[in-house]
Amino acid sequence: MKIDLSGKNVLITGSQRGIGQAIALGFAKAGANVLVNYPFESEKTAAEETSDLLKSFGVSSMIYQADISKQKEVDQMIEDMLSQWGSIDILVNNAGITRDKLLIKMDDEDWQKVLDINLTGTFRCCRAVSKVMMSKRYGRIINISSVMGLQGNAGQTNYSASKGGIIAFSKAMAKEFGARNITVNCVAPGYISTAMTQVLPETVRQNFINRVLIKREGSPDDIMHAVLFLASDQASYITGQVIVVDGGLTL
Amino acid sequence: MSDNIFEKVKPVIADKLGIGEDEIKLESHFINDLGADSLGLVDITMALEEEYNMEIPDEEASKLLTVGAMIDYIKNHVK
Repeated sequence: MKIDLSGKNVLITGSQRGIGQAIALGFAKAGANVLVNYPFESEKTAAEETSDLLKSFGVSSMIYQADISKQKEVDQMIEDMLSQWGSIDILVNNAGITRDKLLIKMDDEDWQKVLDINLTGTFRCCRAVSKVMMSKRYGRIINISSVMGLQGNAGQTNYSASKGGIIAFSKAMAKEFGARNITVNCVAPGYISTAMTQVLPETVRQNFINRVLIKREGSPDDIMHAVLFLASDQASYITGQVIVVDGGLTL
Repeated sequence: MSDNIFEKVKPVIADKLGIGEDEIKLESHFINDLGADSLGLVDITMALEEEYNMEIPDEEASKLLTVGAMIDYIKNHVK
């Protein structure tokens, strides 16, 4: 099965590095033009490097700084992408943060910040592209959730809530937009080797890996393959679903 | 003025509902005749609000179920 996305315009939030970057590369290799969104100035170099890499596959790419917890910045990004490329065919809501703490120690800001970016950011980007996709009667939205959104994780009540919220949100949105040929699905990664997981203590890391059935850490490419499939024509009859990519961690 | 508005809203409705302009009559009911669903109605209303630079409150919009009713509303409220 060859996935061909030539000519499609894709927006991937938080794609300057990590899982988002791997997804961006996957799309570029499949022929799609990719907007590399990054959150703030200090990530600009990473975004530029990613974008240059994408262009080496002969596709168009641009970088765009926007904090998805700010509505104005999201709207401006969508507007500029539309005026540059004329359409948005695929949206991947990938940007996410963690602020791990036990509930008893968690203050409002730790909770709100994670919800604002992970869940509300996803909502904002979806709302902003929905009009465009609706009038085109075509759209693929893939939201990056997490196995923590299905199972919960101690020390991550905020993150788990945000990722579980993304799943419920996606199902509701799939129902609203199905008749417009817009599919909305989630990919729920398990333990994936990225900067986000490298900060975990070694014992936590080992504990995860011991529980994974396929005896290795997940790689960003494992997630990319699932996302690319959901964005492809081959997945046009799949909507409101969650693909768990965790090597069997949560089985 | 009604005719003028009718000619302007026709392509908007046709585009939003994916139907031909010739299917749209003044007496057409958005849901029963033109096949709109709730999202389609909101989509049309939002597009017309933009076109005429006006705001149609939700409770009003939900009563504007025929093309003619929509046009009358625009005619009476446009600045």
